[in-house]
Amino acid sequence: MAETKPVLMQGNEACAEGAISAGVRFYAGYPITPSTEIAEHMAARLPDLGGVFIQMEDEIASMAAVIGASIGGMRTLTATSGPGFSLKQENLGYAIMAEIPCVVVNVQRMGPSTGVPTAPAQGDVMQARWGTHGDHPIIVFSPASVYETFYLTIAAVNLSQKLRQPVIMLLDEVIGHMREKVMIPEAGKLLVEKSSDNIPADWKPYDEKGLTPLVPFGFGHYYHVTGLFHDQYGFPTGDPTQVERALDRIHGKLEKYRDEIVLTNYIGHKEPRVVIITYGCTVRSARAVVKKAYWQNRLPVGLLSLQTIWPFPGKEVAAIAKQADVIIVPEMNMGQIVGEVERYACGNAEVVPLNRYDGEMMSPDQISELLGRWL
Amino acid sequence: MEQLTQDYLRTKKLPHIWCPGCGNGIVTAALVRAIERTGYDQSEVVIVSGIGCSSRAAGYLNFNTLHTTHGRALAFATGLKMARPELKLFVIMGDGDCSAIGGNHFIHAARRNIDLNAVIINNHIYGMTGGQHSPLTPTGMKATTAPGGTLERAFDLLELARGAGATFGARGNAAQPRQLEQLILRAANHKGFSVLEALSPCPIAYGRRNKLGGAVEMLREMKDSAVSMEKASGMEPEELEGKTLSGVIFSTEAPEFSEEYYRSIGKA
Ligand code: SF4
Repeated sequence: MAETKPVLMQGNEACAEGAISAGVRFYAGYPITPSTEIAEHMAARLPDLGGVFIQMEDEIASMAAVIGASIGGMRTLTATSGPGFSLKQENLGYAIMAEIPCVVVNVQRMGPSTGVPTAPAQGDVMQARWGTHGDHPIIVFSPASVYETFYLTIAAVNLSQKLRQPVIMLLDEVIGHMREKVMIPEAGKLLVEKSSDNIPADWKPYDEKGLTPLVPFGFGHYYHVTGLFHDQYGFPTGDPTQVERALDRIHGKLEKYRDEIVLTNYIGHKEPRVVIITYGCTVRSARAVVKKAYWQNRLPVGLLSLQTIWPFPGKEVAAIAKQADVIIVPEMNMGQIVGEVERYACGNAEVVPLNRYDGEMMSPDQISELLGRWL
Repeated sequence: MEQLTQDYLRTKKLPHIWCPGCGNGIVTAALVRAIERTGYDQSEVVIVSGIGCSSRAAGYLNFNTLHTTHGRALAFATGLKMARPELKLFVIMGDGDCSAIGGNHFIHAARRNIDLNAVIINNHIYGMTGGQHSPLTPTGMKATTAPGGTLERAFDLLELARGAGATFGARGNAAQPRQLEQLILRAANHKGFSVLEALSPCPIAYGRRNKLGGAVEMLREMKDSAVSMEKASGMEPEELEGKTLSGVIFSTEAPEFSEEYYRSIGKA
């Protein structure tokens, strides 16, 4: 990526452009605030790239169409927000079960229900984890800037392809609508990790031996795709051994590639007493606080930002908890990721939630006021 | 009737899960014969299905097969067709699957006139869940969820499709498998969204409760009440009372969506 150029971009646009850079050529969606710009951007861009944009009749159909196109061999994206994300859940579960790659963007808005469509909130963290029924694995990225949105979307597309696993981009309304500079690669320098071209003769769609590329429909490999539990050829099974094995298989691939999936970033003091752990747009306020407290005043403070929130970065949190006395978890909801932090802190550090749920952005002042109690 | 092409069947997956006397097997066999007659290459045929007894057919057919979620088969198929317009898609659905939970996708696939071949196996009931009424259950007929007979009015599926913009609609039945095969073939050869309604007996979850007899009686009744379009044109409305029109009900031409799309972006 030698040649890059700075571009001023909106977060939603960066998501769309990131997807395009990673080879996405199919978008199906339905209009909903505050994610509509992603669809509009794709509608403008994809036809020129020979890709497909289609506005479907509803959110459910959008998710279905994306899965259908993925089975046809295209890289796919759909974007939505709160209510639409709820509607997508059943087919999202299907994609997980049938191991069909796709990237689903949820630009979060204030809920529950129709809520405040234009207000920021981080209320869908647990829905992103557990929105569809059954024990299922999921990958969720939560970018803190327009720049991160661009690059995490690329990572999302590539990981989704490699693992044959849906990936969710959980954006904040603030990130989706903010404009920032992004260094984007010159046109033509696509950040596409190629999935395997050489299909072994004994290819099986759900090979017990591990990861296996998806051979698109239409190439003479007559396999079956279903949301039912299936054997390694895709055919339905209710056999307890095979059912258990299938569930282990879809979870196991995320465990195996955990280090490629789980992205976090620590800044601040080497031996911190107080660490802020957060994700998404709240990272921005926390960063402002840590800059002042640590870089200016050399206080023993740090920030662990989570680009990946699911699978949860438990190992990283556990390590922090062994160092710090206190962990502050600011979130723009009533407390969702904080429970996970507590679980992995194992009592080694005091975990303190800081919640804002009035449809406004978490401010640096709120965080530093709380931080002041321990410094 | 000659043997079915074994190449198109996953014989190892047989016997199928359907009850004795079920019409799903007859319709599936007609579909296989019709596909054989299209001359399509096996590798370009895709079978998409929804959820329900009839949708299990996909698992027995040796093509690329996609067994989707309840009601959503046409939405999955739309994505696949747009990604790979050269593929030939047959979308098998049941009456509840297609017209209740999938009703929205059905009318929009029709509106787009996308080149998908919808094959709806209409047995007037939700069979897999044990006999609940569907939007195609005739008024007055009994179901577990309408023990006194349903008060609701049924859709005329083909009129619904026509109104929504489908360009081909035909009705056949399991009692006349030759005609059914012929109709599926014509649907396949039609460019645009085609709807084939295949009436099929469900003696277990529908026939028994409504005292329609077993499979044989149900098939006989199906055959007796079917009136071809040609014959119907010479009949009085009173004579048509209680009869079911069969054959090609409508066939028109309109721009096909995937082709129009690729032309619009300069790729066709
Ligand atoms: S319940 Fe009815 S439709 Fe289902 S397999 Fe049995 S006879 Fe066929």
